[in-house]
Amino acid sequence: MSDTPAIELHDVVKQFGATYAVDHVSLQVGDGEFFSLLGPSGCGKTTTLRMIAGFEYPSHGEVLIHGRAMAATPPHRRPVNTVFQSYALFPHMSVAQNVAFGLQMKGVPKHELGPRVQAALEMVRLDGFDQRRPREMSGGQQQRVALARALVNQPEVLLLDEPLGALDQKLRKEMQFELKRLQHRVGITFIFVTHDQEEALTMSDRIAVMNQGKVLQVGSPTEIYERPTCRFVADFIGETNFIEGQVVAHDGGYATIQSHDGLELRGVTPRPVSVGAHATLSLRPEKARLLTPDQAQSVQETFRLAVKVELVSYIGSDTRITVRLNAQRTLDVWEQNTRSTLDRNAYWQPGEDAVLVCPPENALVLVE
Amino acid sequence: MRVIGMIDQIRMRRDRRNLLALLAPGMLWLLAFFALPLVIILLYSILTNGPRGAIVWQPTLENYRTLFTQTIYVNAYLRSIRISLETTLICLLLGYPLALFIVRQPAHWRTLLIFLVLIPFWTNFLVRIYAWQIILANNGLINGGLTALGLTPLALLNTEGATLLGLVYGELPFMVLPLYAALARFDFTQLEAAADLGANRWQAFWRVMVPQTMPGIVAGSVLVFIPTLGQFVVAELLGGAKVDYLGNLIQRLFLRSNPINWPLGSALAVIMMVILLALIFWYFRVTREDER
Ligand SMILES: Nc1ncnc2c1ncn2[C@@H]1O[C@H](COP(=O)(O)OP(=O)(O)O)[C@@H](O)[C@H]1O
Ligand SMILES: [Mg+2]
Repeated sequence: MSDTPAIELHDVVKQFGATYAVDHVSLQVGDGEFFSLLGPSGCGKTTTLRMIAGFEYPSHGEVLIHGRAMAATPPHRRPVNTVFQSYALFPHMSVAQNVAFGLQMKGVPKHELGPRVQAALEMVRLDGFDQRRPREMSGGQQQRVALARALVNQPEVLLLDEPLGALDQKLRKEMQFELKRLQHRVGITFIFVTHDQEEALTMSDRIAVMNQGKVLQVGSPTEIYERPTCRFVADFIGETNFIEGQVVAHDGGYATIQSHDGLELRGVTPRPVSVGAHATLSLRPEKARLLTPDQAQSVQETFRLAVKVELVSYIGSDTRITVRLNAQRTLDVWEQNTRSTLDRNAYWQPGEDAVLVCPPENALVLVE
Repeated sequence: MRVIGMIDQIRMRRDRRNLLALLAPGMLWLLAFFALPLVIILLYSILTNGPRGAIVWQPTLENYRTLFTQTIYVNAYLRSIRISLETTLICLLLGYPLALFIVRQPAHWRTLLIFLVLIPFWTNFLVRIYAWQIILANNGLINGGLTALGLTPLALLNTEGATLLGLVYGELPFMVLPLYAALARFDFTQLEAAADLGANRWQAFWRVMVPQTMPGIVAGSVLVFIPTLGQFVVAELLGGAKVDYLGNLIQRLFLRSNPINWPLGSALAVIMMVILLALIFWYFRVTREDER
């Protein structure tokens, strides 16, 4: 490992006609990092990846791999390999021939091919499948072949474009674990594209959240989830309640907003705010608590919103409660079912009066 | 259950009868127009030619011996096979880039371009070959242009080059269509995958695109080679009938030689058929292997 970032994007733009598929993106991905590009469909993730692989060239800006500018390097000379969304395995070749392809192109001597192909297949737990054709294998197995075919070349960076997108839920979870294990073992930088926020949170060291060609925030899963810097990120990652209003006061990393329906709410400010600015308070449903009016008397928390329970969904680990604040507004609160009981009174009932409390460090004030 | 089973049986019996009724005309047709002529030709090829082209019912292998020993026939075979191979190869070299170009166009352009490839079929082949005569003739379009520019006219018509040109011109669509079909099925991400694994364009083409479009290459080649082998119109109208190809020989032996010689012509046709059957057999082997 070295100090030079594995991948650097300097102010990269990719235009298709009038569309900005990638819009002034700058990123640095460290050596050995598991880095995810996360965002809704069409936000430019694939295009970004394709510029790193060399299938597209930036309209503006620069791509560097381990400090080397790639402007004049065609895909077949770049030290990266790709796992394609469709896998793009060669249907006319056996699994072993697929995996050997990259080594042959590099001119690896014939006698070395067999052992290296075998080792790669073992690594993805496909030993014994070498004579199969790709179409004789399940989606999950094809995905492993694609991985082996890329990793056997020992690339400096592995690019993965929604590699788990075509798998069913259970297999997806298994492969997430496999991928992490593999990355740990080979120590190669992974750039992983996904639109699945849970997948990105579970797997990544760091995540870049993208929307409409722009990178909105880069950070660790915890940073992205706990300290989103804009409304889009807070909304896209996990679930949250939004309350819009204007900043009326701020001090030492906190701000108070006043909503249109007269609520005064306080929260953390991940980015500096100024009084009078339009702002949104983001309150995650698991970060708020619901108390009976009696319990609420003794609690010292800034948020105290008198509400009426409207909807209760018991989902096993949690109970998800929708409470009504006033005629226009409802909020969601999730309570973990930490106590095992069949007693109906232990759970909230629709129509009950309650107080929603939340310490200001659990809420966020976001400005656009 | 039993009732349903009975109904099924009745229906099956009726289906079988219906099937026979449906197939009968087709089978008769095949028998009359395909099997029967074949049998006649096979039979004629081992009969003796009598004076003034009458057929003598005397079995012989003399016809085949003649064909394999007399240089005029052997040469015609080799010449036909050579020009058919040349035609096929040129069609392939022109057709592959053309089909590739068409496949890479946006959908609406693609349809239009394929339509353009098919347009020549709207006009009779003979008429189109006559048109080439006009273009290539000594006082034709090209030479007219050359003379007008003060250059010496070229002998274009009645050369083997003209024959080859006419053959390629006539057969090219039969090469382009199967290639187009194969390339339309080809997933072009495969080329990116190959490049990603270190293959340059040339390597990606040969190791990924060619093998995967092989059914189209073989189909196009067979579709071009077979009719070319028996072609006689082009050699006569553009080549000036200077040398004999298989098709010309067969045509002459059946219709124009003095005396006409149907048994020899039949034997010639039988040998051509054997060559083509072998080719078709090979074609099915290759394409089936690919489907596996
Ligand atoms: N080759 C292309 N030509 C024109 N537009 C493109 C091309 N590739 C991508 N785009 C556009 O660029 C935007 C980003 O696409 P993409 O990078 O594929 O998004 P994602 O992978 O995040 O779903 C989309 O609006 C898409 O339509
Ligand atoms: Mg994509």
